[in-house]
Amino acid sequence: MSDAVVPHRAEPSAAPSRAGTGWFRRALDSDIFYSFRRSKLTMVAAAVTLLFFLLAIFASVLSVQNPFDPAQLQLMNSRISPLWTADGQSPFLLGTDEQGRDVFSAILYGLRISLVVGVLGVVFAGTLGITLGLIAGYVGGAVDGLIMRIADVQLTFPAILIALLVNGVAKSVFGNRLDAMSTLVVLVIAIGLSFWVQYARTVRGSVMVEKNKDYVAAAQLIGLPAPIIMLRHVLPNTMGPILVIATINLALAVITEATLSFLGAGMPDTMPSLGTLIRIGNNYLFAGEWWIVAFPGFALAGLILSINLLGDWLRDALNPKLR
Amino acid sequence: MLAFTLRRAIQAIGVMLAVGIISFSMFRFAGDPVNQIVSLDTSAAEREAVRKSLGLDDPVVMQFARYFGNAAQFKFGVSYQFRQPVSSLLAERMPATLELAICATIFAMVFGILMGVYSALKRDTALAKIFQAVSLIGISLPTFLIGILLIYLFSVTLGWLPSFGRGEVVRVGWWTTGLLTLSGLKALILPSITLGLFQLTLIMRLVRAEMLEVLRTDYIRFARARGLTTRAIHFGHALKNTLVPVITVAGLQFGSVIAFAIITETVFQWPGMGLLFVQAVQNVDIPIMAAYLLMVSLIFVTINLVVDILYTVVDPRLRSTLRRPA
Repeated sequence: MSDAVVPHRAEPSAAPSRAGTGWFRRALDSDIFYSFRRSKLTMVAAAVTLLFFLLAIFASVLSVQNPFDPAQLQLMNSRISPLWTADGQSPFLLGTDEQGRDVFSAILYGLRISLVVGVLGVVFAGTLGITLGLIAGYVGGAVDGLIMRIADVQLTFPAILIALLVNGVAKSVFGNRLDAMSTLVVLVIAIGLSFWVQYARTVRGSVMVEKNKDYVAAAQLIGLPAPIIMLRHVLPNTMGPILVIATINLALAVITEATLSFLGAGMPDTMPSLGTLIRIGNNYLFAGEWWIVAFPGFALAGLILSINLLGDWLRDALNPKLR
Repeated sequence: MLAFTLRRAIQAIGVMLAVGIISFSMFRFAGDPVNQIVSLDTSAAEREAVRKSLGLDDPVVMQFARYFGNAAQFKFGVSYQFRQPVSSLLAERMPATLELAICATIFAMVFGILMGVYSALKRDTALAKIFQAVSLIGISLPTFLIGILLIYLFSVTLGWLPSFGRGEVVRVGWWTTGLLTLSGLKALILPSITLGLFQLTLIMRLVRAEMLEVLRTDYIRFARARGLTTRAIHFGHALKNTLVPVITVAGLQFGSVIAFAIITETVFQWPGMGLLFVQAVQNVDIPIMAAYLLMVSLIFVTINLVVDILYTVVDPRLRSTLRRPA
């Protein structure tokens, strides 16, 4: 694509002040950044997503108590309604639950768990899927057939069912009383095993196109081993679609983790994620204590919606057909 | 045609065999079945007797053959939790899940098609934009949050509808139905909406896209030229042609509806197979988990097979392309 058909690059505001060089300058001038600045909704979504990540990272600084530390909880403070209602008490901005846990602090820590599980789940699913996709596409033949058959079969089953089964089997193998950290690992594995297929299919498709190109033949001719060619030469050319899948999958992974925790097959009450908080709060809905479930619910919904909007935009921005 | 059907059937059997192996390995290797059955103070000799009576001493291949033979006759062993045969537990709870899934699908079809047609025909109206926004929310919000929201609105605040259970049920033979009593029908409303909302957004988007596509075709222009009423064109010609993919998608989605009922049933404490499965996962009741996996896979594989075969019956164009060797 030549510069002539992309008229926005000649925008007056873009030219003068950017004295900086290197990748930063290139990033600001890119088509992607241009389409980002054009969409207000995307900018809001990006800001909200960033805010959620920052809240999760600085949870311990921003919260008034550590909700995982029983010593800091006082039953005297239980079931206080949010600050702006008649019975609100400082410093409990969003009220407290039945254990005297500050809902705002619990959300910050829960957000951290949800995002850690989500991001690690996506990384695990991506690594597994990309590896299998590279092998299937590059090697071909029977290996390709086997991997893709497994992918086909798995794709017919909903991810949540697979995640629940992995979770149940892990509990059975390691005993029912897993501690919180091992549960987190099990969740990451369960989510990874449920979402690898899309990466594998996409990578395989791109690899089958890329491997017939001259640069791969050149790499083979100078005697580079297959793994190096795959990782260093073929893989970078398949990264665009993978980024889109990863973004959308992050939302799916967060939903899956929350659902598992809500169903009682995820994070335990002692180390709650957003889903666990919603499950706990759900028990107090009928008593009129709506804030225990409502705010974690809003946080989860806002997080998923903003990541989804970001993913939708990224898909359109990276798709050359839509430009 | 026959060769295609046969090949697909063999593939389906292959998938079921693979799922059977997974289900069997869960049953056999994830934890020792003997430990789950006997109590702590059972002597070693008695454990050995139990082991023998369960046939756990036989070669693994023999055990698998026996497991598969039993599963084919719907014998899935005894639940660790309830001490009852898994098959009778599942049979007892199947009507609840199927009624919920069917109601949710009907809800999704009716409203999805209506909203889809409306937002295709009146693209720029405020209502159509609201529908689009609702569909974005329907895809983004997790099912259980929607369920909680509905409970808070219609059960806690307004007090119109029950928040849990099936209400009164009537026994018709071995089937229990909530469709014949008022409380049963009322109890069905919120869970059906919760379960059907995702399918609704899917169908709505599909109908909208298909309608917009069809309305651009020549035969619609020709129908206009013939002076037919807009009503006859939109509903007699355009909608009819969008319904084939819609029914296909709804059919293919029915399996997912049954699987996603797991979440809805937990929110509404609906006494179906999904709730049984979740409780089994929580309590590590492997026989129920293995049996549920087999049941759901059977439903999925059957639906996929039937849809594949129906496609070739309905659309003759597919037949010629299928003759190419795979």
